[in-house]
Amino acid sequence: MHPAASIIAFTTLSGMGFGLLAFLGLGFPEVTGWSAFWFFFIAFALAVGGLIFSTFHLGHPERALKAFTQWRTSWLSREGWASVGTLGLMGIFAAFLVLFGIRLAPLGWLGALACMATVYVTSMIYASIRTVPRWSHWSTSVMFVAYSLSGGALLSGEVPAAILFLVLTGIAQFFAWKFGDSRFAATGSTAGTATGLGQFGKVRLFEGPHTSDNYLTKEMVFVVARKHSVKLRSIALALAFAVPVALLLLPFHHLLAALAVLCHVTGVLITRWLFFAEAEHTVSLFYGRD
Amino acid sequence: MTTLPETTQRKLGLVIDLDTCVGCHACVTSCKGWNTENESAPLADKDAYGANPVGAFLNRIHSFEVKPEAAPAQTVHFPKSCLHCEDAPCVTVCPTGASYKRVEDGIVLVNEKDCIGCGLCAWACPYGAREMDPVEKVMKKCTLCVDRIYNENLPEVDRVPVCVRTCPSGARHFGDLGDPDSDVSKLVAERGGFDLMPEQGTKPVNKYLPPRPKDQDIDVLAPFLEPVTTAQGGFLGWLDRALEKV
Amino acid sequence: MTHHTQPEIDTSPKVSDEVRKTTCYMCACRCGINVHMKKGQVAYIEGNRDHPVNKGVLCAKGAAGIMQHLSPARLRAPMKRVGERGSGKFEEISWDEAYDIAVKWLKPIRETAPEKLAFFTGRDQSQSFTSWWAQAFGTPNYAAHGGFCSVNMAAAGIYTMGGAFWEFGQPDWDRTKLFMLFGVAEDHDSNPIKMGLGKLKARGAKVIGVNPIRSGYNAIADEWVGITPGTDGLFILSLIHCLLKAGKVDLSYLAQFTNSPVLVNEDPKSPEFGLLLKTDDGKDMVIDRVTGKPAAFDQPGVQPDLAGTLRRAGISHRTVFQHIADKYLTDTYTPEAVADRIGLPANRIHRIAAELARVAFDEAIEIDQPWTDFRGTKHEKMIGRPVSFHAMRGISAHSNGFQTCRSLHLLQILLGSVETPGGMRFKPPYPKPATAHPKPHYNVTPGKPLDGPHLGFTHGPDDLCLTPEGEPARIDKAFSWDNPMSSHGMMHMVISNAHAGDPYKIDTLFMYMANMAWNSSMNTSGVMKMLTDKDESGEYVIPHIIYSDAYSSEMVAYSDLILPDTTYLERHDCISLLDRPISEADAVADAIRWPVVEPDRNVKGFQSALVDLGARLNLPGFVNEDGSQKFADYADYIVSHERRPGIGPLAGWRIGETGLSEGRGAPNEGQIDAYIQNGGFWSSHIPDDALFYKPWNMAYQNWAVDIGLFDKPTPYIFTLWSEPMRRFQLAAEGHGTRQPPEHLRERIKLTLDPLPVWYPPLEDGHADPVEYPIHALTQRPMAMYHSWGSQNAWLRQIHGHNPMYVPTKIWEANGFSDGDWARVSSIHGEITVPVAHMAALNENTIWTWNAIGKRAGAWALDKDAPEAKKGFLLNHIIHELLPAKGDGLRYANSDPVTGQAAWFDLRVKIEKVRTPARSYPDTGEQVSPVGRGPANVRQKVGS
Ligand SMILES: Nc1nc2c(c(=O)[nH]1)N[C@H]1C(S)=C(S)[C@@H](COP(=O)(O)OP(=O)(O)OC[C@H]3O[C@@H](n4cnc5c(=O)[nH]c(N)nc54)[C@H](O)[C@@H]3O)O[C@H]1N2
Ligand SMILES: Nc1nc2c(c(=O)[nH]1)N[C@H]1C(S)=C(S)[C@@H](COP(=O)(O)OP(=O)(O)OC[C@H]3O[C@@H](n4cnc5c(=O)[nH]c(N)nc54)[C@H](O)[C@@H]3O)O[C@H]1N2
Ligand code: SF4
Ligand code: SF4
Ligand code: SF4
Ligand code: SF4
Ligand code: SF4
Ligand SMILES: [Mo]
Repeated sequence: MHPAASIIAFTTLSGMGFGLLAFLGLGFPEVTGWSAFWFFFIAFALAVGGLIFSTFHLGHPERALKAFTQWRTSWLSREGWASVGTLGLMGIFAAFLVLFGIRLAPLGWLGALACMATVYVTSMIYASIRTVPRWSHWSTSVMFVAYSLSGGALLSGEVPAAILFLVLTGIAQFFAWKFGDSRFAATGSTAGTATGLGQFGKVRLFEGPHTSDNYLTKEMVFVVARKHSVKLRSIALALAFAVPVALLLLPFHHLLAALAVLCHVTGVLITRWLFFAEAEHTVSLFYGRD
Repeated sequence: MTTLPETTQRKLGLVIDLDTCVGCHACVTSCKGWNTENESAPLADKDAYGANPVGAFLNRIHSFEVKPEAAPAQTVHFPKSCLHCEDAPCVTVCPTGASYKRVEDGIVLVNEKDCIGCGLCAWACPYGAREMDPVEKVMKKCTLCVDRIYNENLPEVDRVPVCVRTCPSGARHFGDLGDPDSDVSKLVAERGGFDLMPEQGTKPVNKYLPPRPKDQDIDVLAPFLEPVTTAQGGFLGWLDRALEKV
Repeated sequence: MTHHTQPEIDTSPKVSDEVRKTTCYMCACRCGINVHMKKGQVAYIEGNRDHPVNKGVLCAKGAAGIMQHLSPARLRAPMKRVGERGSGKFEEISWDEAYDIAVKWLKPIRETAPEKLAFFTGRDQSQSFTSWWAQAFGTPNYAAHGGFCSVNMAAAGIYTMGGAFWEFGQPDWDRTKLFMLFGVAEDHDSNPIKMGLGKLKARGAKVIGVNPIRSGYNAIADEWVGITPGTDGLFILSLIHCLLKAGKVDLSYLAQFTNSPVLVNEDPKSPEFGLLLKTDDGKDMVIDRVTGKPAAFDQPGVQPDLAGTLRRAGISHRTVFQHIADKYLTDTYTPEAVADRIGLPANRIHRIAAELARVAFDEAIEIDQPWTDFRGTKHEKMIGRPVSFHAMRGISAHSNGFQTCRSLHLLQILLGSVETPGGMRFKPPYPKPATAHPKPHYNVTPGKPLDGPHLGFTHGPDDLCLTPEGEPARIDKAFSWDNPMSSHGMMHMVISNAHAGDPYKIDTLFMYMANMAWNSSMNTSGVMKMLTDKDESGEYVIPHIIYSDAYSSEMVAYSDLILPDTTYLERHDCISLLDRPISEADAVADAIRWPVVEPDRNVKGFQSALVDLGARLNLPGFVNEDGSQKFADYADYIVSHERRPGIGPLAGWRIGETGLSEGRGAPNEGQIDAYIQNGGFWSSHIPDDALFYKPWNMAYQNWAVDIGLFDKPTPYIFTLWSEPMRRFQLAAEGHGTRQPPEHLRERIKLTLDPLPVWYPPLEDGHADPVEYPIHALTQRPMAMYHSWGSQNAWLRQIHGHNPMYVPTKIWEANGFSDGDWARVSSIHGEITVPVAHMAALNENTIWTWNAIGKRAGAWALDKDAPEAKKGFLLNHIIHELLPAKGDGLRYANSDPVTGQAAWFDLRVKIEKVRTPARSYPDTGEQVSPVGRGPANVRQKVGS
């Protein structure tokens, strides 16, 4: 799939934002007043900013409100409701905390749950796409939530939790890639089933339907060379997990923490780029993916 | 609306004969012509005369090569447009309700006024049957020429999809695949029509007719012609006898 | 779920304000189109269901016609060149100035040496008009594009049986049971062939595709014969061998309708050796089986004897049929002897022959329709041999193409399947034998018209166009000993001969609708150089070039004066029975184009411009007695011109004695309106008893006279033995007064055999087959018309660049993978191009789509368009001359009989190279006189 910057930014930022909100909702760190304000500001900025980025992907952002109508079937629509609802909940929680110094703890717990639910719903936008076998698996949701929790832990300054989540998420990511790599083949979809011609012999694209690009080739037939993929995965694991963990293990310093966050964000952006770029869509079977 | 109707009154669709399609692309440009000028927004072309032209088309012809175990390779021209699936995943993912499947005939459409151009439906379609218009920024797909097939401003014979009307070799058939007695259903039964990627569970309405067996017994010795030259008098002797009979 | 509401949509929107019916011209197939108009503009184009050619369907080009009509590459006004040739720098001028320049160049040469004008036209459909203009001008140097296109097919058909395929004939799609297609990718009859194949498929009839490449029509063939290029003749003659050997030929048909029973002089010493014995009144002589006596072939009641012999005046004669048997029964043509050469197992040839015989004779069909032949014999039924054939440039664009096409016709005729139900059928005005066509004319008188039509059919050395010194009289050397039967001229030789001053220099090259600086030339880079070459005095070697195009093509940049044409929706045209009409086997038909919209630019239909120019040059026929212009424009000419009394360009709605008439009749001012009312065409059905056996069927002959196709019935028999060829061969053997030059004798003896023969393509004798082991071909893409398609925003997305397709064996041997490039070289030059793999391909053949590559700056495309950067032409490595050999002479890369350009003889080698930035050669960039097309296209007239 085409790794669109807007969607990479959306999933990365809003994932971290909701992660941070979740931690804040649970009371980690237990902040009030201005420091609460700043924590919430960062969390909301990330979550809302991510959502705004997501509209850059739309052909008609001015009609974005229509996306709230189809929550019965559409995960994207549900995602809209979930984000708005969660942001609302956490907004109330934050307002009481920042303005009145009142911690409505049960609301915070509920909000934290809603944050994770929102991230789950976001993940389902991808996990429900059956045409992309790499995504269409429970591990997609697990990874989205895991990333969100790692990012949240890191941003909330909860060092032990951050280290734990980062290590677990890193390991999980490694396996998600490993198992994801064979999932397309496992579906049994081939140029033969795509065309129904497999019953007659080995099927290969001879000539595409056009020499120029089209929306489909640009959007869905993105190919990453194997050797690039290995390199990028290694860099991503290092930046997103290994380096931050190492930095966190050093004596605490704000600069180091900032550096850890920066590395993590960069690493996550790369993993998200790979999440899209490496996702093979069944359409590619019609465009010459053997 | 995005929920799929439980059943549709008819299942209108296309039957495409891979044994007859010569890959001429007539259905591609006639579709573009009709759908540019008629009900929906025009199917635009970006960088039309430039280095990287990208246009929206609702129907495209791929060409595949099929190599049987012990026969020469074959070329199969393969037209592809929306299959108007019964379990259309493109409809259920749509966040706005712009995508929907009609109850009366099963046609899957996009209500362009509601489309936000999120692209999700195109992701959900296994077949690549939806294309975002590069200029209009709304999702485009085959409408089964819904503005033709019932159009009272057209003579009755012309109330068929334009690709069907245009196809010079007659490789495209249109009809109600929900009615087992329709011509298209009979054709599908007779020729062993099949679904594309049944494993995706979309239950396509459109069907494909397989290429007929080719290059059969091509090098067999069997029915050699009996020579007449070896008979009495050689060829001329035969000629004389044969001319007597003419 | 309960929740299901759906939007209300209008399923009956208004389609258009008005429909205007005219004729498509995205290619030469000439389908009927309905042009839907909204707000006075072209909104949408669909096929006309009533039209005889396409019956409602369209092809990809036709359906994209609106984008051709709206192309940004359309020329806008007359132009004169202001930069160097090839630069593309022009200044727009008025029509008056354009005419003045043309008159300034043309008038003096007409007065002194009319041959200094070479007027050549491309694939237009107004040759009866353009040739009439050229004849009035007085130059012998006129032809259309047939010489580089498919004259082998046309001429072999006409010389052998009075018609060929496409415009002349078609398979009986409704009845044929076995159809063999030789060397066709698309052909002119684009939609009818597809419709026909569709009919065969619907009936489950068998299709055999003979083609080194399995795509398009060949992809749907039930059986693919991936033959070695250039060897079809041998394959066909081997099939003939098998059929003869088994006696599976239609003796009755051969005896009655062909010259098989005609007697051949067998005395090597006789000056008539190999010619046919004639009666006193010059008719072919046969032996009558009833009397055993000699008789004229057409004598009422005669039953010609295929086994006849006659000794007369000491000379023995045997029938053509016995010669056929002698020739093809030899072991040279056994499947076993030819198998390796053509790349098929012998068994396969045996099997196909058996299949042909089975279908032709065991599955014969009968139509209960009595008919009477030219001998007065009444036949109760029409017997059908339901095998049919169609062929095109795959067999004709080789230097052995004429004989190969003749071989195919021989095969059809031996099976009795020409003009019989289920076989091949002619379309009026065909059948029409070579003898009913004019002979070529070339006699020049300064200031006067030529002595007759330029093109025609030669029947022996006396008909050649030679100067008293025996040199070629025409600039293209057509009808010379080099190519004695070059019925369509040799447009591909004009520029190189004019550049070389061989046989003489010319002053003005005037061309119409042919991209001669690009895809219609062999040796394109060389031709571009010839067009820009200057002599010692700094003048261009070809001093003046006038060109009419409708679009900003490559050739525009190489011309001095541009006469901008309209698009096909903006002008009058006539698709005439005098020329190349749209008839079908069941009906005679012609058609028009008319301006469904008026041009919005300062352009003019080319024929109308010729009408003006003819008047300004005072050409006879173009001016009235008082010197004023005779025809207001081409439309006026179409309606009022009469070729013979009562016969004009259009056959429909003429004025007869009692009212409107068909075919014959006086001009009718309302004729064009009548055509428009009828959907742009006229057609008239052939009577049922005249539908088959046309050359011999008196009902057809009489009907054809009534409709004005000929003035008296002219039944004839098929000429399996070609006397014209034998006459040239006789001369080469030393007989007669007009003798070929020494160096051509052997070639003429070999290639002008009166019975079909096969010889290897001539390039094989020049290119070392070890160094250049691979055949290289082009095919027409169905969705592109030559170079025109690239300006079409929709079509160029389908074919924006072209790879070289490579078969598995060569792919693997070179270690190619996707995205690789290769250098492809011939003895003439090299190109560097992208490669792609194709398995369904003859293992020694590579190929590419024709005419996709473009010169940067042409066609209003971006200079970095893929057409210019990745696209390429194979033409750069196909030379118009063969390399010198032994005698130092360079022969044209053409068929030695007809001069047909031998595009497909090319042999190459291929090697992998590092991926370059662009394809090679880079022919530079031309300035676009029309700018570059808009960024986005969002065409919609209606709201
Ligand atoms: N390698 C290779 N080369 C080939 C062939 C091949 O098979 N292989 N085939 C050969 C054959 S058979 C042919 S016929 C030639 C064709 O070659 P061309 O005849 O050169 O073909 P076109 O590209 O159609 O060029 C015709 C020109 O006519 C112009 N034109 C289009 N419409 C109009 C109009 O309405 N009015 C006027 N005045 N001009 C118009 C176009 O802009 C274009 O410049 O190519 C030959 N070249
Ligand atoms: N869409 C479209 N239609 C066109 C044109 C166009 O440019 N585009 N051009 C028009 C013109 S001007 C012409 S002349 C016609 C030509 O129409 P076609 O005759 O169909 O011309 P080509 O595309 O050159 O195809 C030649 C075919 O012959 C095959 N071939 C080559 N060598 C051999 C051989 O030795 N033996 C056999 N058996 N096959 C061989 C090639 O593989 C190819 O399939 O098309 C006309 N129609
Ligand atoms: S083919 Fe694709 S777009 Fe059409 S209904 Fe099926 S899933 Fe939807
Ligand atoms: S692109 Fe339009 S039709 Fe498709 S899912 Fe999004 S809103 Fe629905
Ligand atoms: S049915 Fe209509 S919209 Fe669909 S592919 Fe055919 S022409 Fe296009
Ligand atoms: S128009 Fe018909 S023959 Fe041509 S590509 Fe389409 S389906 Fe195939
Ligand atoms: S074959 Fe196509 S381009 Fe040619 S005349 Fe017919 S519709 Fe037009
Ligand atoms: Mo041609």
